[in-house]
Amino acid sequence: MSGFLHHSKLQEGHGDIAWTVTEQAEIARIVARYPEERAATLPLLWMGQQKWGWLSYDVLRLVARTLHLPPSHVLSVATFYTMFKKEPTGTYLIQVCHTLSCELMGSERIIDRIQDKLGIQPGETTADGKFTLMRVECLASCGSGPMAQINEHFYELLTDERIDAILDDLANGGSVTLQPEADRWTYPAS
Amino acid sequence: MDVPRILSANWELPGSHTLEVYRAQGGYTALKRALEMTPAEVTQIVADSGLRGRGGAGFPTGRKWTFVPAKEKRGGKPVYLICNADESEPGTYKDRYCMWHDPHMMLEGMLIACYAIDSRAGYCYLRGEFGFVQDRLDEAIAEARAAGLIGEDILGSGFDCELYTHLGAGAYICGEETGLISSLEGGRGQPKLKPPFPAVEGAWGCPTVVNNVETLSVVPWLINHGAEAYRAIGTEKSTGTKLFCASGHINRPGVYEIPMGVPMTTFIEEQLGGVRGGKAIKAVIPGGSSVPVMTADEVARANMDYESINEVAGSYLGSGGFILMDEDTDMVRALTNLLRFYAHESCGQCTPCREGCGWMYQILQRVDGGTATEADLDTLLDLADNIHSKTICFFGASAAMPVQSFLAKFGDEFRAKVASQRAQGAAK
Repeated sequence: MSGFLHHSKLQEGHGDIAWTVTEQAEIARIVARYPEERAATLPLLWMGQQKWGWLSYDVLRLVARTLHLPPSHVLSVATFYTMFKKEPTGTYLIQVCHTLSCELMGSERIIDRIQDKLGIQPGETTADGKFTLMRVECLASCGSGPMAQINEHFYELLTDERIDAILDDLANGGSVTLQPEADRWTYPAS
Repeated sequence: MDVPRILSANWELPGSHTLEVYRAQGGYTALKRALEMTPAEVTQIVADSGLRGRGGAGFPTGRKWTFVPAKEKRGGKPVYLICNADESEPGTYKDRYCMWHDPHMMLEGMLIACYAIDSRAGYCYLRGEFGFVQDRLDEAIAEARAAGLIGEDILGSGFDCELYTHLGAGAYICGEETGLISSLEGGRGQPKLKPPFPAVEGAWGCPTVVNNVETLSVVPWLINHGAEAYRAIGTEKSTGTKLFCASGHINRPGVYEIPMGVPMTTFIEEQLGGVRGGKAIKAVIPGGSSVPVMTADEVARANMDYESINEVAGSYLGSGGFILMDEDTDMVRALTNLLRFYAHESCGQCTPCREGCGWMYQILQRVDGGTATEADLDTLLDLADNIHSKTICFFGASAAMPVQSFLAKFGDEFRAKVASQRAQGAAK
């Protein structure tokens, strides 16, 4: 697959990094939820990714130190999960679902549209560092396909016009004014 | 169709995700009632209701709870409840709706389940893409804790229970209960051999019950209305209602709560508004991408329950992910799409699955792309046969069943593609 499975950039690190006092308190709260410290591996990788944007060796080593784990364990976990970034991405990570239900509803056309509009292939980032495009497997939004997750938001029922409007909005520093439709539902049938 | 609503009863209400609205609808009265019973009585109601796990396997929920060893046989080990909110079976998106629209219903179900299995901690494991759902659940948990519904001495009963959310990070395999446990423990989400089953030796080596979001969300209703009332809905062996998430070539995709046993054609016509563009049905995948595909003829004869789908089509109700494909669908392309998914999502632990899924995907790409031979189709079936039931977890079978059923039921389309390629080759 494109991009994330090749992590040659891991060693381009973040340098000497540390958690703030507030973050340390948060980490203590997280660790306390579990009978074993190791269980906080995923939550701390999420925290690190949120703070530093992606997971370099430096971030992985910090997580390992924090949880008293071998760095190899943290690396093995980080590389198992697709959402942990082993290299930087653009400001907006566009993940288009291409699994069956979305494909039946036209996800390939949406991917083509985004490629044309941004001038990038899946796995690539625009030169201005704004957008990264990814093809991803099922995001549990099968009745509202085609759909894409942009950063944390779901954008459903995509059409050419709608994806254009979303990308234009984000390119212009938009504050995601086109609301995602995570609360759309169609029960009962009308 | 008379549609009783258990799970989706509150979804339309403004603010349905808040404690205030949930309580106004009688929320958390089931918890109070359950805490006045013995744990065994609570489990008995769930067992008597006939409720079967809604994540896909359809295992009787009450019976699963009874597998937790008695206190004196646990050697002081705690018991854990895990709510499986990994929802990643293609075609399935009902749990997101449950958690988004009525998080308290699921939390109340988790609390009652914890009480029944003598657990003091429940974890809701969400797929990584559901960060926004986790935020909503965390808000609901905070509300419930502030109201004395989570924490110490819940409703003055002396029962202590904490609920937590835990976010995955993108891995289909974490929906498999032992893979989920590996992930919750902070490792790669690789499944573990069973036995020991999680109910005996699960998270951190302790007895653990893993239940799906929809399953747990039904529990408060069972406590309030009783097992008999639930059994009165649906069929003898498929009791109650079920959420079906419809997608594909239909007029009204969405999540629908219907009583078990409704004829499939009625569901398609009345709920889904029929096939888009008035076209004919070619195929239906009734329970998420892993279950065998059904032909239009089988669709016409099947009902929406565990037994009927199995008897008529050798398929499964699964998670309720209902994918309809119309007469114009290219079945070779559809299966190739699914095998790309399985090849990508295999956790890599067992050789048959790790190597076989990628191999099957490569062959299908050749069939779809015009360079396959008939021998490739035989190899495809041989591979599927060598993966099915020969791996640690059910993922192997999940990848094999689509291949076997597509070739058994739509084999002509695959052979036609191979034949037309050969004809084109000969003409050159």
